[in-house]
Amino acid sequence: MVLEKDLNLDATELRLGLPGSSEESLRISNKRALPNMNDDSGVAAAKKCDQETAPPTKAQVVGWPPIRSYRKNSLQTKKTEAETGGMYVKVSMDGAPYLRKIDLKVYKGYPELFKALEDMFKFKVGKYSEREGYNGSEFVPTYEDKDGDWMLVGDVPWEMFINACKRLRIVRGSEARGLGCVV
Amino acid sequence: MHKKMAFSFPDEVLEHVFSFIQSDKDRNAVSMVCKSWYEIERWCRRKVFVGNCYAVSPRMVIRRFPEFRSIELKGKPHFADFNLVPDGWGGYVSPWIEEMAGAYPWLEEIRLKRMVVTDESLELIAKSFKNFKVLVLSSCEGFSTDGLAAIAASCKNLKELDLRDCEVDDLSAHWLSHFPETYTSLVSLNISCLGSDEVSFSALERLVGRCTNLKTLRLNRAVPLDKIANILRHAPQLVEFGTGTYTADVRPDVYSDLAGVFSSCKELKSLSGFWDVAPDYLPAIYPVCSKLTSLNLSYATIQSPDLIKLVSHCPNLQRLLVLDYIEDSGLEVLASSCKDLQELRVFPSDPYGAEPNVSLTEQGLVAVSLGCPKLQSVLYFCRRMSNEALVTIARNRPNFTRFRLCIIEPKTADYLTLEPLDVGFGAIVQYCKDLKRLSLSGLLTDRVFEYIGTYAKKLEMLSVAFAGDSDLGLHHVLSGCESLRKLEIRDCPFGDKALLANAAKLETMRSLWMSSCAVSFAACKLLGQKMPRLNVEVIDERGPPDSRPENCPVDKLYIYRSIAGPRFDMPPFVWTMDEDSGLRL
Repeated sequence: MVLEKDLNLDATELRLGLPGSSEESLRISNKRALPNMNDDSGVAAAKKCDQETAPPTKAQVVGWPPIRSYRKNSLQTKKTEAETGGMYVKVSMDGAPYLRKIDLKVYKGYPELFKALEDMFKFKVGKYSEREGYNGSEFVPTYEDKDGDWMLVGDVPWEMFINACKRLRIVRGSEARGLGCVV
Repeated sequence: MHKKMAFSFPDEVLEHVFSFIQSDKDRNAVSMVCKSWYEIERWCRRKVFVGNCYAVSPRMVIRRFPEFRSIELKGKPHFADFNLVPDGWGGYVSPWIEEMAGAYPWLEEIRLKRMVVTDESLELIAKSFKNFKVLVLSSCEGFSTDGLAAIAASCKNLKELDLRDCEVDDLSAHWLSHFPETYTSLVSLNISCLGSDEVSFSALERLVGRCTNLKTLRLNRAVPLDKIANILRHAPQLVEFGTGTYTADVRPDVYSDLAGVFSSCKELKSLSGFWDVAPDYLPAIYPVCSKLTSLNLSYATIQSPDLIKLVSHCPNLQRLLVLDYIEDSGLEVLASSCKDLQELRVFPSDPYGAEPNVSLTEQGLVAVSLGCPKLQSVLYFCRRMSNEALVTIARNRPNFTRFRLCIIEPKTADYLTLEPLDVGFGAIVQYCKDLKRLSLSGLLTDRVFEYIGTYAKKLEMLSVAFAGDSDLGLHHVLSGCESLRKLEIRDCPFGDKALLANAAKLETMRSLWMSSCAVSFAACKLLGQKMPRLNVEVIDERGPPDSRPENCPVDKLYIYRSIAGPRFDMPPFVWTMDEDSGLRL
């Protein structure tokens, strides 16, 4: 084949070895041989040098398939929601140094939610009444709905609540006065 | 006698003639005609393009072109997009900004791609260039909203701020408010990459309201559906619009408001965004569909029936980006509805899944290649392919200029015959005589490279992964592809011989990337020694290459021509092979 002859390294001066020596003597006297052109063990030689034992599994192949990270991230968010059906919302509490995240879908109703929040933040939710909001506690659970408004947790049916809730905030009673709470 | 001929036109006449020549290639050609043309041309070049920021130094550019107004710079190699270039490799724009800040107070436009941009640089831009008009940052990183605030606050004549696909540190949504109330010149704003949960809607609305020349507005995901109507009401003159999240509880008032406002956008030609699409809200855009030439639905996780309905409303579509949810059936509808289609990109919705989750195969691509006579550019992710399909596609569509096929599983054979896909890709390069860009995938032997070397004479960029058998493959490409400028290779058994035999070719190209191949450290050193106008960079996070035997393959290799010599801003895991010592740390 014409092209094999083209790969005549003697014609170019670029080869590994002293001028005047032939290709055969290019084998470096070393246990590991140069990659052989005729077999596809070039990659195998690489592995020998690195003493890797196994070829990378599919999960480990970096950058394949060639998709930009922002696309991957955008799909992953969707997938997680679709697969697990989770409804994760951030929960903050006044005075707490960092926020938490909870999955609203795991709770069957308000009592379970409150129990989880009480355990997480070490406080007690007061007693809820439609007229007065939460009685008997310094802390009041509120949430931001899809319109961006801050609402008192518990006024609407549970299903409606978890669909509308974007994030939770446990406020100090003194700040929650406007939401109908009696301190 | 000959001298008289050269001066037969006064400089001003030549300058005037040159002012009609805009493309860099033509300008470069003009400058090589003779010394006086070189001189005249360099004084009147207004736009400079530097395809590799390390190929030349800022000072050299400034020295040659004393009066440019616009610069475009590219930094990292393309494979950086897929995380193959380790963080910290380079591509810093600061030396350029610093040099230009001093020399060019009248600079108007900066366009950067795959570069590291800091807030300091953005602040320097804001401070130094009084007539600054255009900032396009494409796939850049390293800056935050603080830098953007500086640009907003100081650049009174800013027309274009485009942050496509950047990674921005979102410190505060309030950077938008830094545009003064007197500022009205915005024509194009693309903030689609910003990630913050909060966007200052009121600042955005006010900005959009007072910038009556705004033609392009691409919002980010954080902008909810119900805010779009208000924003569009302020800007019915928009030509290009990108929504934010396109989902909400279905409310008739929100829907009709949105539909009404879209109807009043008579100039709208391009739509994008559409994160988290609620199908019920899609018909709101039907009023503008008949005029749409560009539609980016690549984040829209909606199913084929909704996509089909949408696409059938867009007969003038020239460019479509979509997820593989469109399926073969959707692509068939596309082929029959959109006869003006020029560019199609189909992205995978489940790239890491073992089994196909959608019915998208080679048939979809065949249908589009048959039905869309103007189709030139394709990026297609799929899970199976056949030589037969590729040959059909090539015969149908010889006018392809960009053909990028990604069969998701590496080394996938022709699913009908179990043979390599050499013949199929061979047909692509044989029939598509104007092919400029090609990405290969699937099971491929050296044979495909023989076809490429023989036929792909106009090919400028080639991407290769998990292909080939031996150095012969690489040799075919380097010796045959006359127009080759960029070659990027990963996980192929290509070693020293082809590289060294074609060393001279590398000086005619912008760059060569090879990772997880079989090029030895010794060959890299030799290449670096013999070719002073090439920067041969060995990138290896395992440690210094001379801590291993010389014939061990290097992890990653990036070779590019340069008249600036080796660079000095390399991180500890990059070594330039130097003429002097053979190894520069």
